Amino acid sequence: MTQLLLFNVTNGLIIGAFYVLMALGLSLILNLSNVINFAHGGFLVVGGYIAYTITPYLGFWGALLVAPPLTAVLGLAIERALIRPLYGRDPLYSLLLTFGLAFIFEDMTRFIWGAQGLPVTIPAFLAQPLSSEFFFITGYRLFMVGMVIVSVTLLFVLLRYTRLGIRIRAGTLDLETVSALGVNVRMLRSLNFAVGIFLAGLSGVLAAGQLGLEPTMGAGLLMPSFIAIIVGGVGSLTGTLLGGLLIGVASGVTAVYFPSASEAVMYVLMAVVLLIRPRGLLGEEGMLT
Amino acid sequence: MTGGEGACKLIALGAIWAALLLAPYWMPPLGGYTALGTRVLVLGLAAMSVNFLLGFTGVLSFGHAAYFGLGAYGAGLALKFLAPSTPLSLICGMLVGGIAGAILGALIVRRRGVYFAMVTIAFGQVFYYIAFQWSSVTGGDDGLRGFSRRPLDFGAFSIDILSNAESFYYFVLFCFALAAAAMGFVLRSPFGRTMIAIRENERRARFLGIPVERHIWIAFTLSCFFIGFAGALYALLNNFADPKGLHYSQSGDFVIMAVMGGMRSFWGPLLGAAVFVILQDYLSSITVNWMSFIGLLFVFVVLFFPRGLLGAIRRKVQA
Repeated sequence: MTQLLLFNVTNGLIIGAFYVLMALGLSLILNLSNVINFAHGGFLVVGGYIAYTITPYLGFWGALLVAPPLTAVLGLAIERALIRPLYGRDPLYSLLLTFGLAFIFEDMTRFIWGAQGLPVTIPAFLAQPLSSEFFFITGYRLFMVGMVIVSVTLLFVLLRYTRLGIRIRAGTLDLETVSALGVNVRMLRSLNFAVGIFLAGLSGVLAAGQLGLEPTMGAGLLMPSFIAIIVGGVGSLTGTLLGGLLIGVASGVTAVYFPSASEAVMYVLMAVVLLIRPRGLLGEEGMLT
Repeated sequence: MTGGEGACKLIALGAIWAALLLAPYWMPPLGGYTALGTRVLVLGLAAMSVNFLLGFTGVLSFGHAAYFGLGAYGAGLALKFLAPSTPLSLICGMLVGGIAGAILGALIVRRRGVYFAMVTIAFGQVFYYIAFQWSSVTGGDDGLRGFSRRPLDFGAFSIDILSNAESFYYFVLFCFALAAAAMGFVLRSPFGRTMIAIRENERRARFLGIPVERHIWIAFTLSCFFIGFAGALYALLNNFADPKGLHYSQSGDFVIMAVMGGMRSFWGPLLGAAVFVILQDYLSSITVNWMSFIGLLFVFVVLFFPRGLLGAIRRKVQA
């Protein structure tokens, strides 16, 4: 029983770390540009499939290095062409547009790579369990968590100590003033979008190694990321981090006692948070309310 | 309002109802079929319910499929387990959708803008998972089967709406007319005017002493009752209810119908639903990549027709 509990808590943490990576990208875009990127799951899937396609040439490590930037470039192109005209309009429109994009992504991945799930080969030494007692902790899972920790740390360093990061944070609070101070807000939004999509692409590659690839996998991962943002509080990246881990662990623990509710428990958690603290755990009052 | 404008409105209204009443006669020669017309009516009513909130109160719910689907399951379960009566099943479906909306609405209305949309999407998915997991009652992924609409029994005579597609169309049209009349009545009432005031300037409405949260909650609940009713009709139309009807992608369809038709007008969503349903029907018959085309339709409408078809026509007329 203890082992089962431990297994599921670890599992929950790993999945939670994964939600965090995805939700942080969504949250960045939402905070600065007021865009709910419904196509985020689609970018994740595209990232995974790009990695699958280049693995035979560059190997797993090469794919891990190359696929996320390629996804970010695709994101940048889409932002320029389609999303930029919608800034400043009712958020309804960008929501609908990215919703349509999600359809197109799913259909096009199915068209290009086929509807069947594809396995992704990971380096053999990562696929081994670390010990026979804790059989569920494979090297790859540890690697995934490590990657998430490194990228989240890098993101927070970027936001705190670089000029771009400081501008992004300032823009989240008051974009008009930032613009008046002479910052190119269009460029800022584009770069911020690209960073968010980079994280989606990275999640895609990591997910592909663990779960394999399917055209529909993006949609399934999108909703937990939404909940992570709502639970953590819109406007706070630390909140998103906390929210993602929290719902991951909660659904892991529930899976031990009541497996069919492991998905529903995230929604219960969200309802409780909204009842007690409508702005979310670390959300600031007046932020995007 | 000038006299000319009033006359124009009356003529338009007459044309809409004439087209709806005669649909079983003019649709088949144009390549349609009566059940397609019924689908347009039901989904149009759903889109009008979403627009009741989106276009007239100005808050975006992206999770209305949940209450639509709950209406469908409510009607189906009532027919299957309660009593084989069509009107009863409609009432049950409407109540299930509306009451669920009232409860969740109380949690949701405290948020605004993007946050409101996100919370509605996330809460909408709860019912999707319930319907998906609780297969002993709902049939799970396969959907709820084993019920069918019953003939309408008036004692002296009965109307066969089960096997006769045309009489079912007229039955749905009758229900649609009732719901549309109720919706129009609410929008013309002082309450409806207040909704529009909140849409136009929420802060000013608040300063005028209007309890904004309570009004949005009431509007949310009413729209859930309407869409639950539409969902019940949908279950009767298909003799089937499935979890896809609860999924957020269905909500997206409703919103795009409302936007494509024109969110600022009462009949816009019905027009949007007609275009959407016919296009989807046609596309899925000619290409396997119809999903991409529907996605392109979303992109196209957002970039080029943000005011919707009726909005664009109205601008042309005014110019």
